[in-house]
Amino acid sequence: MYGKGILKGLSVTWKRFWDTYTDDISWMLKGKKRYNSVEGVAHRSSKNTKGIFTVQYPEEQLIVPEEFRFIPFLVYDEGAEGKKEIRCTSCGICAKVCPPQCIWIVRTNDPATGRPVPVPTDFHIDMDICMNCGFCAEYCPFDAIKMDHKFDIASYQRNVYGMDQLLKPAKYYAEIRPENYHREEEARKAKEAAKAAKAEAAPAA
Amino acid sequence: MATPLTMTVDLVARFPGKVTADRRPGYTGFSVNNENLVEVATAIRDEFGYDLLTAVTAVDYIAENKMEVVYHAYKTTGGAGLVFKVQAERVDPIEVPSLINLWAGVDFQEREAWDLYGIKFTGHPDLRRILMWEGYDGHPLRKDWKEPFFEEEAKPFKSRWPDGKFAFAENKNPFRDNLNFPKDFDPENFVVEKEEDLYLSLERDSLKDTAGNMKTDHIVVNMGPHHPSTHGVLRVAVQLDGETIIGLKPVMGYLHRNHDKIGERNTYLQIIPYTDRLDYFNSMSNNFGYVIAVEKLMKIQVAERAEYIRVIMAELSRIQNHLIFIGMLMNDLGAMYTPSLYAFEERELILDIFEAVSGARMMCNYFRFGGVVRDVPEFALKKIQDLVSDRLPAKTDEMERFLNENEILMARLKGIHVLNAEEAINYSVTGPVLRATGVPYDLRRADPYSVYDRFDFDVAVRHNGDMMDNYLIRFDEIRQSLRILEQALKQIPQGPINSQKPAYQVRVPAGEAYGRIESPKGELGYYLISNGKPNPYRYHVRPASFVNLQCVEKMCIGTKIADFVALVAMLDIVMGELDR
Amino acid sequence: MENEKLSLPTYSIPEDIQNVVAVTTLDRLYNWGRRSSVWPLMFGLACCAIEMIAAQTARYDMARFGMEVMRPTPRQADMMLVSGTVTKKMLPSIIRLYNQMPEPKYVVAMGACASSGGPFKEGYNVVAGIDKFLPVDVYIPGCPPTPQALIAGMIKLQEKIDKQSIKSATWYNKEKKDGNYVPMPILGPDLIDVRRNAEIKQVAATKEGA
Repeated sequence: MYGKGILKGLSVTWKRFWDTYTDDISWMLKGKKRYNSVEGVAHRSSKNTKGIFTVQYPEEQLIVPEEFRFIPFLVYDEGAEGKKEIRCTSCGICAKVCPPQCIWIVRTNDPATGRPVPVPTDFHIDMDICMNCGFCAEYCPFDAIKMDHKFDIASYQRNVYGMDQLLKPAKYYAEIRPENYHREEEARKAKEAAKAAKAEAAPAA
Repeated sequence: MATPLTMTVDLVARFPGKVTADRRPGYTGFSVNNENLVEVATAIRDEFGYDLLTAVTAVDYIAENKMEVVYHAYKTTGGAGLVFKVQAERVDPIEVPSLINLWAGVDFQEREAWDLYGIKFTGHPDLRRILMWEGYDGHPLRKDWKEPFFEEEAKPFKSRWPDGKFAFAENKNPFRDNLNFPKDFDPENFVVEKEEDLYLSLERDSLKDTAGNMKTDHIVVNMGPHHPSTHGVLRVAVQLDGETIIGLKPVMGYLHRNHDKIGERNTYLQIIPYTDRLDYFNSMSNNFGYVIAVEKLMKIQVAERAEYIRVIMAELSRIQNHLIFIGMLMNDLGAMYTPSLYAFEERELILDIFEAVSGARMMCNYFRFGGVVRDVPEFALKKIQDLVSDRLPAKTDEMERFLNENEILMARLKGIHVLNAEEAINYSVTGPVLRATGVPYDLRRADPYSVYDRFDFDVAVRHNGDMMDNYLIRFDEIRQSLRILEQALKQIPQGPINSQKPAYQVRVPAGEAYGRIESPKGELGYYLISNGKPNPYRYHVRPASFVNLQCVEKMCIGTKIADFVALVAMLDIVMGELDR
Repeated sequence: MENEKLSLPTYSIPEDIQNVVAVTTLDRLYNWGRRSSVWPLMFGLACCAIEMIAAQTARYDMARFGMEVMRPTPRQADMMLVSGTVTKKMLPSIIRLYNQMPEPKYVVAMGACASSGGPFKEGYNVVAGIDKFLPVDVYIPGCPPTPQALIAGMIKLQEKIDKQSIKSATWYNKEKKDGNYVPMPILGPDLIDVRRNAEIKQVAATKEGA
């Protein structure tokens, strides 16, 4: 009572204020960059963070964890002569599992036979409906649709993405999600090896 | 562990001819005759001791031409619940006796059933629409009611694939813009329905004779829905005599996003991300309650490691919720920003973990039936360990040092009565608000789910029921959560994280289930009815905020208007959950 | 400090006074002042509001952009950040707030719900995007957009402000004084957009069924 509580509270605030400078000075003495460096941002997001907590976006950015998801994109492999080999086979699982139903796919039919061809003619995602849940990426059996890390996509109009905006190279995917990419690549190679082994074994039998 | 709804009482023997056991496959509980409802309910409360009526909801069995109202009653001493139902012919007016004289806590829930299903609860003194506005056309949750952007009965919609030509939904609807009008509606000669009912009920339920000898006028103040006390879009009509609140009616629905109706069209899996958006501070707990309900229906076991991950995530989410609660309460009391800035700092660190584990800061969408999406990476576990053993206890202490002895805070909080135990139970209040009145009712103990029975923790209880206790109990809960987290991190086993194969379509056998958890705000329940199809027949959320808010009138009448904001803050309401 | 931003590259300034003097146009100065003090209306609707609050707190600190002064009254606000699902029941209040804001005013649709109705679009009480009623300047996708995404959107808004000119600004134009006034919708059997009364009447008359 008699203002003691208020003083106690103020001392906490004062300590916080002071911490900013102690931390800055100790980093300066160590010759490390506290601001505008990955190390600095990592430290400011760790349990040891004291003092200034601000990450000065856009000059510096928070470290994005691998699993971070924002909006979906379509992966294509780069084939010979820069040909885009779209992984999507237009099986429609993403469109089916999408909770707000914001994915529209047109399946391609062979003009001669009329039978479906495993590549989409058209692929639309209404990014203004997408709820970033990641189901499409989770349940895609072909690793063809993935969740992006890019979040600065504000624009002056409604965002309905077509194929041209959705397609991104597998290289980009490997860059943002290295662990997932390698896991999937290994699984795919193992599958192909098993297939090849089976194919080899079959004629012998 | 899913608690079986075992029949501990035999209502059929007690009320022969008036009560029958519900024998539909997958269903439990009792069916009560419409005219005997009040009599049976009185016995349930007084003879059998089920003093806490948590959930009241309606179901539209259109094929049988019946409307059913489902009640879930529990004992505050713990244990399994009692489900009783009453059916009415689906011919307007559909009438069911109101239980408001037994449990004041059915007030809003009966109003909701009236609003969304058109069931008239006879004897309810204030049966107005609650989520939609007065004058709205139709009762939206009825199975034969279609909304303007209606496409199909169930997702996935066929227009998306294989020939999914993109079109704005607006262009398909004749009125565009998500509108739907009755035939021959004439907007030019339309007379707007005034909110007279609201003000009449405010006048009727307000305190009389407050003025003493002085002749004073009463004024009505509408607070919200745009109000800076940061709890979202709640509107409260307050009747004032000077500075004293003599009448009060909350008006909600300003964030009614039709969760139930959309949920009934979604597949079981698709509902999970929608539950994130209920109580948007605690998406992890929301997922938790929902998957428990579905797992009950599917009768599946959860992978051992996943159980621990679930508990860890739910408790982390509780900690950050309570920290924000403290910060926001300070904001409401006038200590603008500093405490809430401190609180948000810790919250950011917890959200970093959520982001690393699930991929999103707020809308985690992390739980699946039988487990979780992916394993917690090693570095995230390390980070949780660091926070739990190092930072969070220190920061909680700092917060206490910072605030608890502050004279202004004490003057504002101490001795301002919120509720007593009897009132709280009668109003179906759950969560910290109930425990602050001295009732040790915590679902993690009273009706243990998941692996909570393996941890050593105390149920935080305080006994005065004033604002100070309501505030301090949050600190107690943070400490207990930290205890649980420490044990969980030590015990967490290796192994698979999901007992099921990943599948985007799950088979859910027909039946009903009520899954409930102790969310940071109170009991969060999910009532599900499956008819074997890929989407639920009935999906109902029993939100803690919505039910807890019922006591706000009782709490606030007689207090000063300045305390009102703090009292509402005490309930820790979140509009996303309140309005759904 | 802000000299580079203010000065026009077309004017050459002697080297010795480069850090002291800035030659600029009125437009640039005017826009620089406006873009650096965009005061948002303190107004949260749903989940996105929490991320908006998070963007105001220590970690993201919108104060760096002059956007920390959240005004609870629309009369002091420059920007309406529609943060969350706009429901039909809430819409009249939002329109009323918007109409009370003084020019120049901006509307930012934060998140999927405000932009188009988002995941709740099919719901009966949800407005399919605030742009049906208010002129939206920036759309920020995401559900919810992370605070950084919100700041990215705010930078977009600043870019838009930079491109405006005092000469063509509608808010100084006498004829267009009330150009941005939006008539209040009415809550009837459904939300009535009074601008479309005739159309509603016509469609309702030809509606099939009961």
